[in-house]
Amino acid sequence: MLSAILVMILLGVVLGAILGYASIKFKVEGNPMVKKVGAVLPQTQCGQCGYAGCGPYAEAVARGEAAPNLCVPGGDAVAKNLADLLGVEFQPVGGGEGAGPKPRQVAFIDENNCIGCTACIKACPVDAIVGASKLMHTVLPDRCTGCELCVPACPVDCISMVPLEESIANWKWRYPVIEIKKAA
Amino acid sequence: MLHKFHGGVHPPEHKAESNSLPIGAAPLPRRLVVPLRQHIGAPARPVVEVGDRVLKGQMIGAADGFVSAAVHAPTSGIVSAVDLHAVPHPSGLPDLCITIDADGEERWIERQPLDYLAADRDAVRARLRDFGVVGLGGAVFPTSIKLDPGALRIGTLVLNGAECEPWITSDDRLMRERAAEIVEGVKIMAHLVQPERVLIGIEDNKPEAVTAMRAACSGTNFEVVAVPAQYPGGGEKQLIQVLTGKEVPSGGRPANIGVLCANAGTAYTVHRAVNHGEPVISRIVTVTGNVEKPQNFEVLIGTPLSEMVQLAGGAKAGTSHYIVGGPMMGFDLNNLAVPVAKAVNCVIAASPALFPPKPAAVPCIRCGQCAEVCPASLQPMELFWFSQSRNFDKARAYNLFDCIECGCCSYVCPSHIPLVSYYRFAKSEIAAQEREKKAAEQAKARFEFKQLREEREKAEKAARFAEKAAAAKAAAGEGDDPAAAAKKAAIQAAVERAKAKKAEAAAQAGQCDVTPIAAVETPAESLSPCPLPPTGEGDLESLRDGSLNTTEPP
Amino acid sequence: MSSPHVLTPGSSVSRIMLTVLAALVPAIAAYVYFFGPAILISLTLASITALAAEAAVLRLRDYPVKHFLFDGSALLTAWLLALSIPPLAPWWLIVVGTAFAVIVAKHLYGGLGNNLFNPAMAGFAVLMISFPSFMTHWPAPLALAQHTVGFGDALRYYFSGGLPGARLDAVTMATPLDTLKTQLSLQHTMDEVKRMPIFGSFGGKGTETVAAMYLLGGLFLLRKRIITWHTPVSFLVALIAVSAFFNSIDASRYATPLFHLFTGGALLGAFFIATDYVTAPVTPRGKLIFGTGVGVLEYLIRVFGGYPDGIAFSVLIMNAAVPLIDAYTQPRVYGHNTGKTP
Repeated sequence: MLSAILVMILLGVVLGAILGYASIKFKVEGNPMVKKVGAVLPQTQCGQCGYAGCGPYAEAVARGEAAPNLCVPGGDAVAKNLADLLGVEFQPVGGGEGAGPKPRQVAFIDENNCIGCTACIKACPVDAIVGASKLMHTVLPDRCTGCELCVPACPVDCISMVPLEESIANWKWRYPVIEIKKAA
Repeated sequence: MLHKFHGGVHPPEHKAESNSLPIGAAPLPRRLVVPLRQHIGAPARPVVEVGDRVLKGQMIGAADGFVSAAVHAPTSGIVSAVDLHAVPHPSGLPDLCITIDADGEERWIERQPLDYLAADRDAVRARLRDFGVVGLGGAVFPTSIKLDPGALRIGTLVLNGAECEPWITSDDRLMRERAAEIVEGVKIMAHLVQPERVLIGIEDNKPEAVTAMRAACSGTNFEVVAVPAQYPGGGEKQLIQVLTGKEVPSGGRPANIGVLCANAGTAYTVHRAVNHGEPVISRIVTVTGNVEKPQNFEVLIGTPLSEMVQLAGGAKAGTSHYIVGGPMMGFDLNNLAVPVAKAVNCVIAASPALFPPKPAAVPCIRCGQCAEVCPASLQPMELFWFSQSRNFDKARAYNLFDCIECGCCSYVCPSHIPLVSYYRFAKSEIAAQEREKKAAEQAKARFEFKQLREEREKAEKAARFAEKAAAAKAAAGEGDDPAAAAKKAAIQAAVERAKAKKAEAAAQAGQCDVTPIAAVETPAESLSPCPLPPTGEGDLESLRDGSLNTTEPP
Repeated sequence: MSSPHVLTPGSSVSRIMLTVLAALVPAIAAYVYFFGPAILISLTLASITALAAEAAVLRLRDYPVKHFLFDGSALLTAWLLALSIPPLAPWWLIVVGTAFAVIVAKHLYGGLGNNLFNPAMAGFAVLMISFPSFMTHWPAPLALAQHTVGFGDALRYYFSGGLPGARLDAVTMATPLDTLKTQLSLQHTMDEVKRMPIFGSFGGKGTETVAAMYLLGGLFLLRKRIITWHTPVSFLVALIAVSAFFNSIDASRYATPLFHLFTGGALLGAFFIATDYVTAPVTPRGKLIFGTGVGVLEYLIRVFGGYPDGIAFSVLIMNAAVPLIDAYTQPRVYGHNTGKTP
């Protein structure tokens, strides 16, 4: 009886010591979840989730304050990854079914109408618009994340979103369609 | 001693159709369309404009970036277009091309041979780059980069004359008819990399080519080796394995194991570029399959495929479509308006009789025949499983990227599953994901930098206000103007607010504080609920006005 | 659709399945010669059941019935099951077994290519567990039977359950393996047991020839490159090694390797069951592990277990380990672990 109690106490002490040591030895600084969530997000900085960019949204998701299905540009793919990461049930984006990621778009400035006000330059979260005051601006398509923040910023409505055209440079092989059920 | 590679298949060769006739000459087409993307890497940058008169061999597209190659006018004439045009590519998408209307005079640029033994090696490489020399075996990698192994020591230079794909005989004919020129090209390559030995690998189903090359190599220490004909024995990795017994490390280059491998056709163009000053403006193309007179032709780059099919007597009845390249790795083409590019080694007119339609697929039964024939020793059925289910991480873990897309697995699959199509799909999806990931990282970095910059600007602005306020205070001390006093108070308040805001922003790890700038421009309903520090409207307005009226600081 | 644009002429799943079925024909012929025509009835019943079940499930799953029904896989399952159970049995025994094999073991797991367990063996296991009494009445070799069961008699037995002019006991007996086990447990020595008429020159009377025909069919499949040597060789080597080990310890209690090779389902299992593509490993090393595992388990169940033969259970147990075996026996890929870093 006594030996059993002693064994249990000893076991508790030893295991506790190991756990205590491990918690010091493998201490993780900061919240690693924020980084992981951030890596999943598309970093468009569009704010469509209701947060001021992907960073704050990642923090909110990591803290459990925001739902993982608010990222509109990422669509269901990102929502699914986030749900997996957090270990929660996957919910489609926007509540609707099959909200796939939006087709990739880039902003395009109609240079005939641009008055050179720099409002869009200020609005662009990723410095993808170049130009100087009173001179026309232009979008660097390689840098544009398609966040659409510049569209409402323009006082003369000269910015439009154009879908990214498929070219040989970004072309992808398609999923081979072999409908076994419809074969024969 | 010869080694073996794992797996491989023996599809019907169909080489006899086209290898009996000599290489035919092609008449000058009226119009030539030269794609600017004819090589791996960045497309060439056009250096001519519509209306320019160009000479045969004149550079019309310059190499753009490190991995790139130049393209040249295949004949003299006038540039009639620089625009998107259909090109030989599996996507069927158009690409940027330069169209030249031939004037029929075939006037050359001044052609100057380069004495490669006397010249600096880098000068020889620069010539190859400027003369558009790329690997003609299919990968079209710029040869100048390949022949620059840097610190890596090259022990063996391998010339690839295996030509393992069925139907194609262009290298075969080239080696039979122009062996001496090929050997001259090999000498130049050997001079550039100084290998201990040079091996020329030719599959033993081309005895005439072996004989011709042996004769041309007499007097040199180059060794012509007849390797057993087995697809894909002409794959770079497989040929190296057969000849040297060594494996190119995964993700590496042959140079990592001291080997360099170049195609026989490439050696020929190296010789033409260096010893004759002629850039790559033509190549040998096999036209075969369901055509009247299958034969090899030397055609100018930019010649429409339709004219080539006419050269071979035209397509016979029953032709359903065309295949560019061989039947194992080539791609379908429905449009014959595309031009010949440097990578096009063969055009096959396909008919249901020659290429029976594939039976409908049935599920994979894991028979393992694909694994038996895979030259990369992969487990194709597992790769298929993961690619089909879009489980890309797993597909990578099973070494999807060691797949060379040779098609052996699909060839033997009793379930008729288009395995290679699945691998290509998975590979390009993974590549796209990588691109997106990289883009997202860069977007994040730029976003954070912008925040940092805006914070700094704000701080500077606040400091300027404070300075001005101090000056105003000094001025107000002299004159006792009530208006000035009111202004002073307002400024003071603004400075206080700015200070408070700055402090808060600093505490806030600087994530939310730039949003108001954008938020002012956005409609009220889309205002972000991010917990913002209380901000004075005046601050924002002044900031905004300031930015509106001043040019963006660099 | 992308390359390649050519396929191996004539290669198809149904061709593979038909070749395997053809490889079974010599053994069936020997079966009929030594044990009478009853096996033909059970083969037919099993085939009809398998095709009907397959068609029904394909239709329910909305698959093109015509495209899949004649791929031969259901037929092969039916034949393997029919050859594994006693040919003189009520009609519903084989029907239940085959239907379970096709509907549950094959289609509920996803159909062709997706089933974890060998359907024929799963069907066998269900019958063995549910109806053990019917699974021990094997027909006696014709040379030993007191009464010859003709085709008509067998047919009548299948559907009415009665044999005119004879009792079932008179035409059936336990298998050599079963007999050996029972007699040895009754403290008879190996020599005494082996002198019983049911035993042949090295296996059981009749069954040794049938087993030899399985071996012949298996060699045919090897030659046709339908199967690789790995599974059968490792299976048989393991069986021989384990039986030789015990035989060398006490030859009066443990039969010789040759006996074990040519009785029960050893050769059928080695060449036709353990080599099933879907439920066996695909990697060469995996096949060796799998074959060895089945061979060892087969012996242990046969000699020390409660069932007369162990092929079904040993295959099913090893089936469960296949995903793990495959994952840990991936072959070295070209350019990996060559000692050079890129």
